[in-house]
Amino acid sequence: MTTTATDKPEAKAPKRRRKNSAEPARIPQRDGGKWGYWLYFIPGIALVGLIIFYPIVRNLRLSFFHWRGGRAEETFAGLDNWIALFQDDEFIRSFVNIILVVVAMVIIPTLLGLVIAAALFDVVGRRFGGGLSSFLRATYYLPQILPIAVAGVLFGWLLKPNSEGVLNQFLSAITGSDVTVNWLGGSYATAMGSVMVLMIWIQIGYPIVIFMAALQRVDPELYEASELDGANWYQRFRAITLPMIRPEVFVVSLTTTIAALKVFAPVFILTQGGPNKSTYVPSFYAYNEFINGTDKGYAAAIASAVFIVVTIVAIIFLRVQTRSEKKEA
Amino acid sequence: MTTSAGSAALPAPASKPYKSYKAQQRPTKEKTKKRPKTPMEWVLLAIVILGALIVVFPIALLLINAFKSPADYATSGPLDLPQALSFEGIRTFWAENNFPRALWNSIFISSVVAVLAVILSVFNSFAIGIGRVKGRSWIVLIFLMANLVPQEMLFDPLFRLYDDLGLLSNPWSVIITFVVIQSAFGTYLLSSLLGTFPKEILEAAAVDGATRWRSLRSVIVPVIKPTLSVLMVFFFIWTWNEFLLPLAFLNTSDSLTVPLLLEQLNGERQTDTTTLIAGTLISIIPTIIFFLIFQRTLTRGITAGAVK
Repeated sequence: MTTTATDKPEAKAPKRRRKNSAEPARIPQRDGGKWGYWLYFIPGIALVGLIIFYPIVRNLRLSFFHWRGGRAEETFAGLDNWIALFQDDEFIRSFVNIILVVVAMVIIPTLLGLVIAAALFDVVGRRFGGGLSSFLRATYYLPQILPIAVAGVLFGWLLKPNSEGVLNQFLSAITGSDVTVNWLGGSYATAMGSVMVLMIWIQIGYPIVIFMAALQRVDPELYEASELDGANWYQRFRAITLPMIRPEVFVVSLTTTIAALKVFAPVFILTQGGPNKSTYVPSFYAYNEFINGTDKGYAAAIASAVFIVVTIVAIIFLRVQTRSEKKEA
Repeated sequence: MTTSAGSAALPAPASKPYKSYKAQQRPTKEKTKKRPKTPMEWVLLAIVILGALIVVFPIALLLINAFKSPADYATSGPLDLPQALSFEGIRTFWAENNFPRALWNSIFISSVVAVLAVILSVFNSFAIGIGRVKGRSWIVLIFLMANLVPQEMLFDPLFRLYDDLGLLSNPWSVIITFVVIQSAFGTYLLSSLLGTFPKEILEAAAVDGATRWRSLRSVIVPVIKPTLSVLMVFFFIWTWNEFLLPLAFLNTSDSLTVPLLLEQLNGERQTDTTTLIAGTLISIIPTIIFFLIFQRTLTRGITAGAVK
């Protein structure tokens, strides 16, 4: 993503096709070179170093030590923590759960978002009026602005066990018999399912808003022309909507995948990792180990593993994106 | 949220990054409205409305049940309207928790982060986008790290750092942390924006004898101000919603933010259900007010991040 941003001005001025780094600053220079600009980095670099890179280095180092925390001695552990990680069922399960989180935060919202955005833009917006489609879009977006913790408490209330739970009361009323499912604490399936529903509920508005904005780029005459040619809603979706908003689909998948890998609050609030540690996700596991565990070195190894996975995923995504952009250009 | 919202957002120069906004101004022709609506279109409309109803349903339930008295709540179903408007839940919540304090903490932390993170983003992106310093792609990547790194990676080292500095349970621990994290996105966005900042304006300023600092303050910032305000709104909301690191750093009862206060209430076994529902509703209200005020800015902002 970064390369395209800096490449653009070059493309406009082919005469100056020098190497990236040798480009002149965009304000004409009278005094000295570009060194003055580095002054503007001082606060940024200092803070990023202290707040981001110091913890990264510190954690990576700690992952090779055993440490009880506090004033205890750190003892060198070599690869112990890392080897233990791959034999740790809870750790492996937490990563399996991440796949389900990706389904709930990336795949389902993106697919639903595509259909809903297309329907809102193409059908509701054009045939029933822009006001209605804006209103519906705002409705879908509403959960996005709620603090996740608050949304979690809300769902926790709806999903209370026994006859106290709102969902159970509903189901009892519909089926006529007493439904007393312990959604969050009963079984892995219901607990993980509940967490996933919460995530879909929170995420759905994000792709819709982005995709609808992307569709504004499409020339309305394109839709009208295809309509005159007899294309139905689905054909227009396949032929116009999808190809037009592919870049946005990409950005949405990248950002939500990274968010999914780091997910914490929904699990913390709804299930606390239960029942029986079955709904652990890596960041909750790491947090729990840092707080309650006996070896912070191990907690650091979990956190470092998540960090490495996130970085790899981001690099892969950016590579693919750069490649597809080059192909288009 | 109408399509013309974009027009107020950005200034005249129509160079590349502004294109996406300009495109939004194109009025949607409503010629096709005259044709009768097909059954398929009605079905789609019904589906989309049904989906929207499902999305607001949990919030509607909250609204209905927050105004029931505990006795009413115990005997009635969740969809029954309250027999009489009862503010008991809200009153208990207000009396037993220091909500105004939490609200103030949230507002203070989020506002300071929004302002400082935008300033930091402007500094960084000025050197990257305008100054075109050597190795700037790498520098952007370094700043973006703040966005990639999982928060549990920061949690323990920063906890001890702030402990040493005596900043635990002090809003500034959260402020410093999130200024850095939010400015990652700001730096990324503004760097590409400033990379295509109209050159004529910069040259004109230089001819008039403006120094770099002067150009930044009196020329560049005023031009990109609409984008900066969008960023500010976003940083505010993102910080408001943060959970893990505030949970770690803020431990005394008068340092809690709104989400933390609610989470704490949720964790207490003896909390009465109506109190909890009322508290949830009250915790949502500031966000909803904010949403209504900044609706347009928000939609513009999310798309500013995605559409280059």
